Amino acid sequence: MNSYKKAIHKNFKENTFFRWGCIITVLILLLVVVGLFWMPYEPTAMNAAEKLKGISLRHPMGTDNMGRDVLSRVMYGSRITLLIAAGTVAIGTVAGTIIGALTGYFGGMLDEIIMRIIDALFAFPSILLALVIVSIFGIGWIQLLLALGIAFVPSFARIVRGEVLRCRNMDYVENARLQGVSDFRMIFVHILPNIRGVLMSSILIGFNNAVLAEAGLSYLGIGSQPPYASLGKMLSDAQQYMFGNPSYVLCPGIVIVLMVLGFSFLGEGISRWK
Amino acid sequence: MSEDICLRASNLSVFYKNRKRKLFSKNKKIQALFDVSFEMKDGEVLAIAGESGSGKSTLARTIVGINKDYTGEIYQKYDRPQMVFQDPYSSLNPAKKIGWLLKEPLRVDRSCKWSEAEAQKRVEEIMEEIELPLAILDRYPSQLSGGQRQRVCIGIALMRSPKLLIADEPVSALDVTIQAQILELIDNLHRKHGISIIFISHDLRVVYKVSDHVLIMKNGRVEEYGSTRQVYREPQAEYTKQLLKAAGIK
Repeated sequence: MNSYKKAIHKNFKENTFFRWGCIITVLILLLVVVGLFWMPYEPTAMNAAEKLKGISLRHPMGTDNMGRDVLSRVMYGSRITLLIAAGTVAIGTVAGTIIGALTGYFGGMLDEIIMRIIDALFAFPSILLALVIVSIFGIGWIQLLLALGIAFVPSFARIVRGEVLRCRNMDYVENARLQGVSDFRMIFVHILPNIRGVLMSSILIGFNNAVLAEAGLSYLGIGSQPPYASLGKMLSDAQQYMFGNPSYVLCPGIVIVLMVLGFSFLGEGISRWK
Repeated sequence: MSEDICLRASNLSVFYKNRKRKLFSKNKKIQALFDVSFEMKDGEVLAIAGESGSGKSTLARTIVGINKDYTGEIYQKYDRPQMVFQDPYSSLNPAKKIGWLLKEPLRVDRSCKWSEAEAQKRVEEIMEEIELPLAILDRYPSQLSGGQRQRVCIGIALMRSPKLLIADEPVSALDVTIQAQILELIDNLHRKHGISIIFISHDLRVVYKVSDHVLIMKNGRVEEYGSTRQVYREPQAEYTKQLLKAAGIK
């Protein structure tokens, strides 16, 4: 455990990407965590007297067209966005890793069939696939989470399958097999720890894609429904007021950018781990 | 008579799948070994020698059960033979610590359950056997030298006291001084525990030093088989003569 701490400390000092990734991500997480316990205003509380105000001390990010505090809505919205992104990546990673590991390890006919299905899913743009799934299961952020999760499975399955295929023929796997290690133990105890680096960076990249996909889909009106906010929904609501009240568009936009930037810096930092 | 035979292969032919497989083409097989037969007595060192691609490793992998596609018969007196691989850089799992790797054979042992203390004691015994300090247990394979890694590989193979150990060119990836140490270690193990060893090598000088019997292979066939001294003194096959000449022995 101590050596982990040391490595993180060292990387924080020397690895610029990792440092900025940490700083930005912690800032965003702070916004979300503080939002759990305290928000300056109720995110859904309207106030007709204070419509479309600019940045001020009372409203650090201004107010929207219904007089709701943008900072509070951003806090609430980034919580939803983060939740959807995390859930999406969790579904994609778990299902993708299991499918990829099993098909890569056992190969054969089953591998061929599953990989052709995955190829077919891959041929669809993930947003289109999510649209189809949402149109079947209905609108709402849980449906959106499931839809994006399923859309993310193919890419993870692909990556994990390739890595498992590479590891499967290594001497250390054969060595372990000679000692009587079972297939299940071989996959999950011997092989998977060797691909955690690749998995980690694809999780972070996937996280970014999920944040952007959520924003995109919410912008299209699928996902969380009014009066509740998500970052993408806020952007789509704000676009009419872009010139009259720029802070309403800019603030959620900047938070999305920072969220994506933070995670991609982290991913880059991990791939340049010293 | 058959009491003290620990391994017998009769008319062994081994096949590989052709990797260049197209979608609808029939799988073609490539034959790697042709009618290999030999016997090995309990407690002896059998060397398998021959040039690259002669089927030495294929034979070893078939004996331990990695290659399953074969015809003919393999009789083994003991189950679960262990193998030390040629390349110590790829035969240890890079994500695990040495201590973990050494304990793994005990963890997956179905014949008896090892308690944590027993496993630890066994690991320490083996570390003494392979002459490595206990501090290494806490390191990753990438932090070890080639010679140390090969010792660890031998240690892992020995954890459950096998009766038959197959060493597939265990020293050819190492430099000369380390080679001598590893050979000495294998020799000691053989003397102390009476383990039967199949020693695969292309180096005929090494073969002469370690083995009782030798099997000379070429293109998947046995060229010559006999006691090492006999074969080196009076080689019968033309190929053996060439090999000995090339090694500067005759």
